[in-house]
Amino acid sequence: MQALTVEGLEKTYDNGFQALKGVSFSVESGEFFALLGPNGAGKSTTLGIVCGLVRKSSGRVSVCGDDLDQSPQAVRRHLGVVPQEFNFNSFEKVEQIVLNQAGYYGISRKEALPYCETLLKQLDLWEKRHTPARMLSGGMKRRLMIARALIHKPRVLILDEPTAGVDIEIRRSMWEFLQKLNQQGLTIILTTHYLEEAEAMCKRVAIISEGKIITNTSTKALLKQADKAYFVVDVTGTTESLPALSPFSIEVLDEHSFLVEVNKSISLNELFAVLNEKGINVASIRPEANRLESMFIDLVAESKQ
Amino acid sequence: MKHTSVALLTVVRKEVTRFLRIWPQTLVPPAITMVLYFIIFGNLIGSRIGEMGGFDYMQFIVPGLIMMSVITNSYGNVASSFFSNKFQRSVEEMLVSPMPDWVLLAGFVAGGVARGLAVGFIVTLLSLFFTDLAVHHLFVVISVILLTAIVFSLGGFINAIFANKFDDVAIVPTFILTPLTYLGGVFYSISLLPEFWQGLSLFNPILYMVNAFRYGILGYSDINIYIAFAMLAAFTLVFWSLALWLLKRGKGLRH
Repeated sequence: MQALTVEGLEKTYDNGFQALKGVSFSVESGEFFALLGPNGAGKSTTLGIVCGLVRKSSGRVSVCGDDLDQSPQAVRRHLGVVPQEFNFNSFEKVEQIVLNQAGYYGISRKEALPYCETLLKQLDLWEKRHTPARMLSGGMKRRLMIARALIHKPRVLILDEPTAGVDIEIRRSMWEFLQKLNQQGLTIILTTHYLEEAEAMCKRVAIISEGKIITNTSTKALLKQADKAYFVVDVTGTTESLPALSPFSIEVLDEHSFLVEVNKSISLNELFAVLNEKGINVASIRPEANRLESMFIDLVAESKQ
Repeated sequence: MKHTSVALLTVVRKEVTRFLRIWPQTLVPPAITMVLYFIIFGNLIGSRIGEMGGFDYMQFIVPGLIMMSVITNSYGNVASSFFSNKFQRSVEEMLVSPMPDWVLLAGFVAGGVARGLAVGFIVTLLSLFFTDLAVHHLFVVISVILLTAIVFSLGGFINAIFANKFDDVAIVPTFILTPLTYLGGVFYSISLLPEFWQGLSLFNPILYMVNAFRYGILGYSDINIYIAFAMLAAFTLVFWSLALWLLKRGKGLRH
């Protein structure tokens, strides 16, 4: 079953700006899906339409088989939403924010309390349950929005830049938490600027640029398409007078390491042969972590041509 | 049905908790203002004015001042609360939920009515330190005060929907509500006015509300209270429909 289907979605804002120009994609139930794109590409507009915060100009959206135009309330019941910006009353206390959200979905305080406790404990917010939201750190505020989005046990969780401004340790713990939810069957759709995040977690990725989907495929297939790979080479000497390593292009990263671009048609043995020939002693070599990033940049650049 | 009632109760509880949490801003100032009115207009100046409509001046102005506090507080509560929700974007919590639009509207209106009635009750208690009050017609008192609080809560909601900044929430109370209230027969009987101004006053809806409430308390009114009820019912219907239509269109809420 498809958790989300978006067909021919168009959106023109009142000021005439056309944010979406016929966006179509679908997400299978239980998938972990990423919608990537540069700023202003249409990611938040797309998700805003799905959640009902933005009115579409045309097109069709359905969530878990319910059509947004015909059954908007059923669609909203299926969705949990974590927006990009903090959107809670900062004077309210953590537990109250989550319980109020349950109430808006028709779940009484008494019914919601046990699951609220579970969520706040899982997200390390239980100790802060009586703290006004404005006193929380940025990472805690993000986790509060996740707890709030999950309190009514949605079938699809939408996260718009969930880890923006969150330190690496908390980001990783949030990834683990989301992966656990996904393994339990929750469909997760996220937009992110951290492409590493999409690469690490998402089985499928769609890239949107200037209001159009330019690619929509599995993360593995997308990475296979990459015709270049990047490696970080650490040397025992210094990179100060590093010679040219033709046919490979390089970029010095610091005193002891440089980045080398390797075309997939060329064997790595050739790289080692050139390094050997130039008398460069390699201490270690590793692939650059964020392969998706270069793919992303190439694809967006191509779509703009 | 159960979902709807839980959602409605949640919004009402949130709204009532909000104005009770900040009681020094929401309940104390109107009480102080009204006590000053009682002392200055009722006691000091009123003792020199003598009777108005066959009643002590203090007795005459008390119903109007109670009504004035209900009007300003029910309007102000919904206008500022809903605009704050818009400004902080916490309104999105409700917009993404399956709660029907009418529940959201009814919840905020109930919050405004609760604050209006709470302040009205406090002002009534305080007025008892200055004059004796007997209720002439309980049904009229309750229905007029309730309908007035609903009308102005709806007005505050519509104001908040159109408001883009905090100044926009203050404009209507300052430039429309306050003048209409002062000119709405709170402090005088319109029979004291020249004919032209009497006629003009009849276009002021607050005049009808104040006089209908005064009729409920004192049994005295400058106008026909059936017209007042008809106006209150009409305003309630029109404002409710307008607010709901604006919500459905997502005016200022869904882009």
